[in-house]
Parts: sequence; C-alpha cells; structure tokens
Amino acid sequence: MSSIMPPHQKIWWKQPIDRVEAMWIAIALLWSLIMFAMMPFWHVYGKQNLSNEAYRTTPEIFGQKVQAMIDRYTVRTETDQQIPVVRPPAGSDVYLAGRLWQWWPMLELEKGKSYRLHLSSMDWQHGFSLQPLNINLQIIPNYETVVTITPDTSGEFTIVCNEYCGIGHHSMLGKIYVVE
Amino acid sequence: MANDNLFRVCPTTGLQFHKPAEALMKANAVVAVVILLVGGVLALLVTLTRWPAVHLLAADQFYQALTAHGIDMLIFWIIFFEMAVLYFTSSTLLRCRLATPRWAWAGFALMVIGAAWTNIAILRGDSSVMMTSYVPMPANPNFYLGLILFAVGALIGCFVFLGTLVIARAERTYEGSIPLVTFGALTAAIIAIFTIASGAIILIPTWLWSVGYISQIDPLMYRLVWWGMGHSSQQINVSAHVAVWYAIAAIVFGARPLSEKVSRSAFLLYILFLQLASAHHLLVDPGISSEWKVFNTSYAMYLAVLASMIHGLTVPGSIEVAQREKGFNRGLFEWIRKAPWGNPVFSGMFLSLIGFGFLGGISGVVMGTEQINIIVHNTIYVPGHFHATVVVGTTLAFMALTYWLIPVLFRRELILKGWAKWQPYLFGIGMSVFSLALMGAGTLGVSRRHWDMAFTGTALGYEYPGSAYVMMGLMGISGVIAVVGGVMFIVVVVGSLLFGRKTEEAPRYGSETSVLPLGPAPRTDHSGLGVKGFVAPGTFVFALVFLTIFVVYYFINWKYLAAVWPMS
Repeated sequence: MSSIMPPHQKIWWKQPIDRVEAMWIAIALLWSLIMFAMMPFWHVYGKQNLSNEAYRTTPEIFGQKVQAMIDRYTVRTETDQQIPVVRPPAGSDVYLAGRLWQWWPMLELEKGKSYRLHLSSMDWQHGFSLQPLNINLQIIPNYETVVTITPDTSGEFTIVCNEYCGIGHHSMLGKIYVVE
Repeated sequence: MANDNLFRVCPTTGLQFHKPAEALMKANAVVAVVILLVGGVLALLVTLTRWPAVHLLAADQFYQALTAHGIDMLIFWIIFFEMAVLYFTSSTLLRCRLATPRWAWAGFALMVIGAAWTNIAILRGDSSVMMTSYVPMPANPNFYLGLILFAVGALIGCFVFLGTLVIARAERTYEGSIPLVTFGALTAAIIAIFTIASGAIILIPTWLWSVGYISQIDPLMYRLVWWGMGHSSQQINVSAHVAVWYAIAAIVFGARPLSEKVSRSAFLLYILFLQLASAHHLLVDPGISSEWKVFNTSYAMYLAVLASMIHGLTVPGSIEVAQREKGFNRGLFEWIRKAPWGNPVFSGMFLSLIGFGFLGGISGVVMGTEQINIIVHNTIYVPGHFHATVVVGTTLAFMALTYWLIPVLFRRELILKGWAKWQPYLFGIGMSVFSLALMGAGTLGVSRRHWDMAFTGTALGYEYPGSAYVMMGLMGISGVIAVVGGVMFIVVVVGSLLFGRKTEEAPRYGSETSVLPLGPAPRTDHSGLGVKGFVAPGTFVFALVFLTIFVVYYFINWKYLAAVWPMS
C-alpha cells in the first residue's frame, strides 16, 4: 500500500523514471505543444477568429446608435410587435442590442459581404447564439463587442439567447436574414 | 477536550484514527451524502424538464431547481466530502492528531449554516440566478451571504489540514516524506485556498452591492474573478479525485506509483497551472486580448493537461504492475480482465478514471480551445463536459471511496452487497451516456440553462433539428438511469450506516500511537514482467487509444468551426 505510505526511497526525486512513463510524457508533451500552436496558427491562417475589438459603453449610448441605424435603414417591420427589419449597406457598422427579452432589431444582410457587427446588452448579460450555425458570443452590458462577419450562406438565421437572463430567457429570440 | 489524545487502530487496515478527526470525517461525509440526496432530487426534476417529451416543471420552478442543483452538487456536496478527504489524508494517513479540532468543528458549523442559508434563499424564490449569479442580475443578499459563510468554513478546514501536516512533521509521526495521496490532497488544499480567496474577493463586494453599499459591480470583472472560484473549485475536485484514484489503487491492489517523482511532479504542475483554466469561460467575452486567452486557456501550453495525461497513465499503470506481480502476467490485458470488477471500490474508481479521461478530459480541452469555443460557448455541450468530469469523475470516485470507508471509518458492514456491486455501472454508464447526449445536443446548438427548446408561444420561434430532440430524449433516459444509480448509492450507504452489522463491537481507544514507517521497497527486478521490457504495456496501449481519439476529435471540431461564417 505504498501510495498511502511514505515513499520507500527517502530521496524520491532521484528515483528513475519508468520507460513507459518517459515515452508517454514525451508523446503527451508533443501533443500539448501541437494543440498550443493550433490557436496562433488559426489566427494567421484560419477564417474564424474574434477580433477582440471592444469598447466601454453605456446602455444609453449604445441604444442611440441602434436607433440611429433603425431610423436610416429600416425596410419593413415584422410580427405584432412591429420589430424593425434593418438592411444596412454592405461593409457598414451594424448595431444589435440584447435586452429583456428580445434581440433588437432584425437584420437583413447580403451574402458574401462583410459587416462590422456591434453587440451590447441594454440590461443584464445575454448570450448571442446564432442558429443553426452555432456561433456563440457573450454579450455584456457596458461593453460593446465588434466582430466583422461575412455571411457565406443565405437564408433565415435565428439568434437564441443562451445566457440565462431571468424568467423570460427562453423566449428571447432574434432574426438575421441573409439574402443573395 | 478529553479525547484529544485518543486513537484507535482499524483491525483490518491497520490505519490509526484520531477520535476527534474520526468524528469530523463522519460528520462531513454524512452531511455530504444528505446534500447529494437533495441535489439528486433536483437533478431528476431538471432532467425531466429538459427532456422535451416530459417537460415537467414550470419555467420559474425550473430555473429555481437548476440554481439549487448547481450549487448543491458543484459546491456543497463535493466540498463537504473533500473536507472528510482532507482530514483522512492528514490525520489518518499520517497517524497524527488533528490540529485544533474545535476550529475544525467551527468551520464545519459555518459550512452547514452557509449551505442551509443559501438553499433557503433559493427556496424563497427570489434568487434564481444560477450558480454563476452573473451581475447585474440581482439575487437576494442572503444568497451571497450563505456562500460567504460556507467559504469561510471551508477555509478553516483547509488550515486545519495544513496545521495537521505541520504537527505530523514536528512530532515525527511518519518517516521520510508524506505519502503520495497526502501530497495530492495537499495540492487540492492549496488550490482550495486560491479558490476561496477568489470567491471572497468577488462575493463580498457583490453581497455589499446587493444590500446597496456599492453602486455597481463591473460585469466583466465579476466574470473574471468569479471564475477564479467557479472553475478552480472544480480543480480542487480533480486533485482530490486523482488522489482518491491513487489511494484506491493502493488499497485494492497494493499498487505503488510507477515512480514517485513523476506522479508528484504531475501534482506540482496542477498547483502551478491548473487554475489558469478559469479563462475557458471568457473566450468569447469582449475586452480580453487573444494573447491572454491563448496563454491561459492552454494552462500555459497545456502543462496541466499533460499532468492529467500523466495521472491517467500512472494510475492504471501502477495497477497493471501490481496485478502482473501477482501473476496476472499473460498477454497485454489479463491484468485488467482479472481485476475485481464486482468490487464497487475498484469498479467505481476505474469507471471514474475512464469517464473523466475519455469524456470529460477530451471535451474540456477541445471546447477550451480559443476559437473552437465559438461553436460551444453556453450550449448544452458545456454541462455535457462537466457532468463527465465532476459526476463521472469526482462523484463516482468519491462513491467508490465511500464503499471502502463504511467498514473502515464507520465500522459497519455493507448491506445490499448486490446493489453495491451494480451501482457504479448504472451510475457511471448512465451518466456517461447522459454526458455524450448533452455534448451531441450542444454540437447541434441546443442552449444550456433553457426551459423550452421548442420556443412554444414565441412570436419568432425556432425549430432545432430532429436529431437535437433525439439527443435530449437520450439525455432524459440516461439521466433517469443515473438517478436510479444515485438512489441505490444512497440506500446502500444510509442503510449500511443504520442497519449494517457492526464490524467490531466496542473499539478500543488508547493514547499510544506508532510511527508510520516507510513504504515497502519496490521490486527492483521486473524481468519477466510485462511484454518486451515494458512493465505496463496494456496501459500504454490504452493510452495510445486515448490519444488517437483525442487527436481525431480535436481536428473534427476544427473542421466544424471552419464551416461557419468567416469572422474576424
């Protein structure tokens, strides 16, 4: 029962390493370094990276930016709640707010064009989860995240909230339409 | 106290129990099992609600039950049991009196009061904020206060453990160095102190904010510091259950580590790097640089993952060598075929090792990769991962140890031995399928902490693919199977404590103690053991299978990621 007793050799750090262990440590260390290298590699050669561009903001300031975009680019409204559908020009800055319990407004984007998507919360923390693609971002009040997205598939996409935000959390949805 | 110097020697194991330490271990273990029962009832309710065909609870009850389930299981059950482990590995294994039993009881009382306090706050219905309680969503001040009281109590327990190590050294109750298992428990205690400090730094201001003394808590700072507690607390579990693996390998097989140096160095890597993992939770947060994310999420080049991969080899490797020395030396796998699979102490421990490594370990590293996290964050994949680590890994290891502790610590024979024999399989395999189903559903985009994946009655609506519903149904079935396994555990344990035959009538307590000698000398001549000069070839083959699955699954997820919209 030696794991629960003091090591027989008092100078245990001089005990030789077993061959099986030495080989496994070498293999495991190599694999660890490969996994480590994959992340910087993907920053250079991969296409799915977060810019980490972010700003401090407030719900008031961010709400004004969202409203200004809605005022200029709304093309129609949807549902009984008259949610505006905004079609901003390709390459522009697009603002999307999470609030209890809605993503505001809806967006209509062009396939193959890039947009600078700004995200923030008007109240508590929310989770931007774009389905069925499964792109997930944490949305935090007082912080404005910027991510440049290039939709390369068209259709109707749903934003689910996947950060628990109170009793209406499971009804918090939004839409992004991507048109050809 | 009158019994401060009283010890008894266990007639079967030769272990020496200090009377106050024995009482504390029993108290902590019993409260742990009671909380496991409460958390298990909540687990059933949560499972039956997320199973789309059943959808049991109303939304508000679901979020309330989920909050309590998370805190009771991830914090209270596990830390109460870990206190028992800390006292066992210090006082009992080192044959030493426990330092300041009164302080240990004070810590225990604070933990009980804190756990009850937080549970009552959740029960009142105004603190359904999930375990994470992300600001600025407010909970009742009592919710945070209970957690703070619990943490103070746990901190006292850690210092009692450290104090006992100091006494053992000063009074020379053992020869040489502390045993490997105590070394692992020391790792857990050091990580626990870091964890509790992080918890204090964030929960005390949040409590003051909830009662109105502080105007605002920065939500990003909250996340950063809170996860210093939230994830690190799970690293206490990793260190503790790895120590339990080594202990059970020693108890059941008389196994000794392949080399003390390697196993201890791996624990040292945990102390140095494991806590960096709390960065895993912030990979898609704003305002944190990629450099920070890459360094921390990789635990500094995956050195803590390396440590877990080392333990994953050395624990079964030590069992293999012990079995081969006993004569089960044929071929690659006779040692594992002839292992005591009917003994729940062994089967629970081995299923814990397999589930933790293959399911929890691989999924954790994959989803903790900076960019891959984009397709995983906050989906139900995340609970899939941590049910494999904390439930199959830690909880099952603790259950296995409990089967051994009932005769040794509580001096009772197990009742319902047939149930005990099957329980680890039902619980371990049920929970493994449960974890896999959640990972599958998460890969298909299903959200965690969500009452209704069908979005019934919403204006916009969204329909997940049918396969996601299949996965959630599978989750429901396997979850119920695991709950049955949990119930069996509690029936066997509580039944044995109440009705099990006493193993010895009146144990003799005396003040005489003996010094813990050095462990037996390792067999230097390994010729004739193993295959082609490898003493543990079977384990090495297992390890290579593990690595192959790891590599393939890792790159499959990069491929999934490459299929989503380009982002920069």
